[in-house]
Parts: sequence; C-alpha cells; structure tokens
Amino acid sequence: MTERLPVPIGAVDMWRRARWLAPVTVMIGSAITLIPFVAVVPILPPFGLMMLIGWRLLRPDIFPPWSPLLLGLFDDLLSGQPMGSAMFFWTACFLAVDVIDSRLVWRDLWHNWVIGAGAVAVTLIGGRIVASPIGAHVDTAVLFQIIVSVAMLPFLFRICAHLGGRGRRT
Amino acid sequence: MAPPRNRRPGFSRRAQYGLFLGYVIAAFGAVIAVVLLLLSTFNPGAFSTVRGAAREVTTPLSSGMDSVRGWFGSIPGAIGEHFGTVSENRKLKKQLVQARHVVQQARTLGRENRRLRALLKLRDRDTGTVAVARLVSSSASSTRRYAILNAGSRQGVRPSQPVSGPNGLIGRVLETGFNTARILLIIDPESIVPVQRTRDGLPAIVVGRGDGLVEVRSASVANAPFLSGDTFVTSGTGGIYPPNIPVARVIRNSTDSSLGRVFASPDTVDFALVQQVFMPKLSPSANDREAPRAEGDE
Repeated sequence: MTERLPVPIGAVDMWRRARWLAPVTVMIGSAITLIPFVAVVPILPPFGLMMLIGWRLLRPDIFPPWSPLLLGLFDDLLSGQPMGSAMFFWTACFLAVDVIDSRLVWRDLWHNWVIGAGAVAVTLIGGRIVASPIGAHVDTAVLFQIIVSVAMLPFLFRICAHLGGRGRRT
Repeated sequence: MAPPRNRRPGFSRRAQYGLFLGYVIAAFGAVIAVVLLLLSTFNPGAFSTVRGAAREVTTPLSSGMDSVRGWFGSIPGAIGEHFGTVSENRKLKKQLVQARHVVQQARTLGRENRRLRALLKLRDRDTGTVAVARLVSSSASSTRRYAILNAGSRQGVRPSQPVSGPNGLIGRVLETGFNTARILLIIDPESIVPVQRTRDGLPAIVVGRGDGLVEVRSASVANAPFLSGDTFVTSGTGGIYPPNIPVARVIRNSTDSSLGRVFASPDTVDFALVQQVFMPKLSPSANDREAPRAEGDE
C-alpha cells in the first residue's frame, strides 16, 4: 500500500491535484503534434499514450478503465490517424497493463519500461497497419519511431513521478 | 516497488460493481472503437466534421507558434542581410545584365506561343488562386502524411483543390473547416498524381511512398526508361491538378518505375497556394441545362 503523506499547511496537495492534472498532461501529450512543423516521415513519439501509461503505472487509482476511450478520441481528432485507432489501441494497452499488474507482485523501473515499450510498439504498429496501405514504405520509419519513443519513456515516467505526488516513505 | 493496490475496492459490493462496470464500459468502448475504425477505413470522410471542429480550435495555436518560430528564425537572416547588402547588390547587377538576354528570348517565345495557340484555338483555363496560406502543422506521429492549412471554407478553400508551393506541387485539400483545411501531401502513401515527363511528355503517375520519397511509375508503355534527373510536371489528367506544376525529379536510373524526390518538400514550404480545381465536376442540373457548352467554359 502506498501511504499518503500528510500535506503540510499551505502546500499543494499533489496527490489530489494529479486527479485532474493527469488527464490534462495526457491531452497535452496528444497535442504536441500541433507544433508548427510539417513532418515528412513519422517521427513524433505518441506522447499522449506514453503519458497515459506513465500515469497508469504510477497511480492506478486515477484513470478508470474506460478513460483511454475518451483520451484516445481526443488523440484521434488531432493525430490524423483514422478515427477509433487510438481509442482501440489505447484501451487495449490499458486493459493489458491491468492484467499484467494483477500478475506482477513487484514492479520496478525495468518492468515499467518493458510494459511501456510493449504498449508503444503495439499502438504504433497497429496504427501503421490500420492507417497506411500494407505496401507503403513506412516500416523503417515506424521502427525508428518506436526506438525513439521507448528511449524517451523513462523521461516521461520521471515527469509523471514529479507531478504525481507519490508519497515517499519516511 | 510494490504496485499500489488501489484497484481492489475491498468488501463494498457497490465499489466492486462499480469497478466491474468500468471494465464492461471499456470493453464495449473498444468494440465501438473498432466499428469507428472500420467506418473511417471504408469511408475516410466520415468524421470530417468532428475533426474539422477540433482543428478550428487547435489551429490558431499552431499558427501562433508558427509566427513565433518565424520571428526567431528571421533574426539571423536579418543580421546577415545587413552586412551582405553591398556584395549582394554587385552580384545582382551582374545577374541582371545576364538575364536581359534571356528575357528577350523568352518574350519572343511567348509571343510566338500566343500566336500558335491562337492559331490552334486553344484557350487557357483560368486556374485562379483561391487562397495563400501557411501549412502550420502536420500528422507528425502518424504514418499518413497530412498537413493543416490555416485557411478554410471562409477563404474559399474547397475539398480536392490543388495546393502548391513556390517550388512545386504539395498536395490537395482533403477536408475543410471554417478557417482550416486538411491537406493530403503528395508524399502520402495513398496519394496519386498524374504527371508527364518534361522532356518528351511520357505519361506517368507519382505515387507517395510514405518515407518522404515518391515512386514514379510509367502510365503508358511497359519498360519505359527513367533516367536520374528526369523531371515530371502535372499533366492535367484527372482534372484535379492543373498542368505544368513541377512535381518530382527521378533520382535513380530504372525502367518502368523509379524513385523520385518531390520539388516542394513540405517541411521547407513557407506559403502554400491553393488553386481552383482544374476541371470542376459539373453539377447534374448545370449539366442538363448547358450540356452543349459545358466543355469550353469554366
């Protein structure tokens, strides 16, 4: 069990703040595709999904199981992927994380990293299959996209931990 | 660290049912997502209104960031300009003298061309400019290649109008909102542009590959040889793209189909020009009324 630390008077209750901050950061992650830059190959990591997984691994109490549907819908509106692709793959990843979480007794950064990498890979490969014709020459680019995204996962875990108010045992 | 077990709701029946219901909703939602996915695969325009509404809200953000980036990007250029003016002036004067001769020739050719066209009774179609706007963002995380243009139906932009940059063709309009439009770039794996080779008019098609390059395929003869450096311009076939917009240059010697690089790489495009559809589809009623003269006009 994670203990909540008593919040000092005048300090921000980060534990409670994370309840609305988490969905907002996921949506900001999805909105990074709005940067003024016209990409020639898929290069941007799926920051929305990575934030979602980061939050899910850190604070399982924040997101109800159906929340990836709405967050995925928001992502689909912006990303240019066909409608429903993030909705489906994010929900599938989220439920898979739930299943894995119920099996694992103990989780450390390496477990989290592997889980996140699996989610990113499934979503990007699945998104590639549903969005582009099979003959398109995007597989190498998607592979690099996966590698870059996986390499950036600990950084996003770090952001979540920074914002999440995970109580440190004293 | 041990995973926090906050999911387990304890002995409360209500909490247990609530958790179970959450999973049921998630599973149903996933099924609905698959249905949406199938719908948007078989009818890509199905959700254009929803996407358009989202775009209306988010594009001002991109435009704002774009202008900030443009401002910062212009600083080095402005400094360089300040110091390079004299030498540039000298260079330009020299170029002007050289160009005068070419201009003379071009004028003669232009006059001759007009005369010949008049002889042939060919009329130039008016491919007027609809709007000049910026490409402000793109689908950078997706395998599809879309860009967002910050002009929409209020500026006269309509679906399937061609979009080109100063160097050549960029793509065509796919969906429009009030002030925004989604552009299908010619490097998208589902884009096909009918083209012809500039040196002999060999008809071909330029198909996007998805990795930033395009594939040029011969559209008429089998085993047509492509030489590295062959340039292709739009042919006007199909009625969307007006003829003679530069599209791509072949980068490898090959027969039948070859790799090409587009002239207007969208990441270097500052302004994009939206043009009229080359040959707009006639509405059925207009077709009935003006069938005899439908060919020559508009």
